[in-house]
Amino acid sequence: MTKLGQWLCGFALLGSAWAALALAPPGLQPPAPLRQALLPLPVYLLVAFGCYSLATVGYRLATFNDCEEAAAELQEHIKAARADLRRRGLRF
Amino acid sequence: SGIDFEIIIIDDGSPDGTQEVAKQLEKIYGSDKIVSCVVISVLLSPGTAYIHGMKHATGNFIVIMDADLSHHVSLYLMYGAKQKEGNFDIVSGTRYRGNGGVYGWDLKRKLISRGANFLTQVLLRPGASDLTGSFRLYRKEVLQKLMEKCVSKGYVFQMEMIVRARQLGYTIGEVPISFVDRVYGESKLGGNEIVSFLKGLLTLFATT
Repeated sequence: MTKLGQWLCGFALLGSAWAALALAPPGLQPPAPLRQALLPLPVYLLVAFGCYSLATVGYRLATFNDCEEAAAELQEHIKAARADLRRRGLRF
Repeated sequence: SGIDFEIIIIDDGSPDGTQEVAKQLEKIYGSDKIVSCVVISVLLSPGTAYIHGMKHATGNFIVIMDADLSHHVSLYLMYGAKQKEGNFDIVSGTRYRGNGGVYGWDLKRKLISRGANFLTQVLLRPGASDLTGSFRLYRKEVLQKLMEKCVSKGYVFQMEMIVRARQLGYTIGEVPISFVDRVYGESKLGGNEIVSFLKGLLTLFATT
């Protein structure tokens, strides 16, 4: 199954479970406090996911390594390589 | 270093002097060590370059890297070591884990990179932390198989390689790498790249 397929299945399952409980006809409704929590649940989850995303990307942005030494080392290697190649006859 | 290697240089025929230097290197080190190949094409995509490169490759493992020194050559030893460690089919360099990282990126570029990677992780759950990197080691047969299956271009091509590899059950190891931004050459990450990345991501999401 494609990833899109998996997501659609997941949404369909959770969506129908939520609809069955939250939008049930008066006779089959779960107790009032449960319904009050259930109805806005999708929106809550969306907001929670939004916050999680922002926090994760923010954290990863802040901890994105800056490779100072790698850059310096690279410059050293370039100098050494150029000298070596010049010795061997390479004309730049 | 005790490892048998050969270097294959693929040039797109642009007048940047690559061909002359490559030919000189071939003379200096011998053509069993360096093979220079020119593919005249206005838009030489990585995919086409890989195909041409593979035709000349005689080894068991192929390391693919950018030639503008943003990928540090010395790191390839780490790839070899990692591959041996877990007998992996693919070893991928990651800028996002361990002591991997970048140099010369401003905040905006880092943000876009992390944001795009997050989106990719959420949508594709690929099991690899860096999908758009192109510094990788492949078993030769694995690369050949993947080349047959992959159809996208540019950044998305790199992503598709890993996603397809997962689908086919290949094992992927990771090695932290430092990506030193173009010592030579210009880097491109404009609106166009972002749009085509999103299009490619959604295509992979819907088709794999």
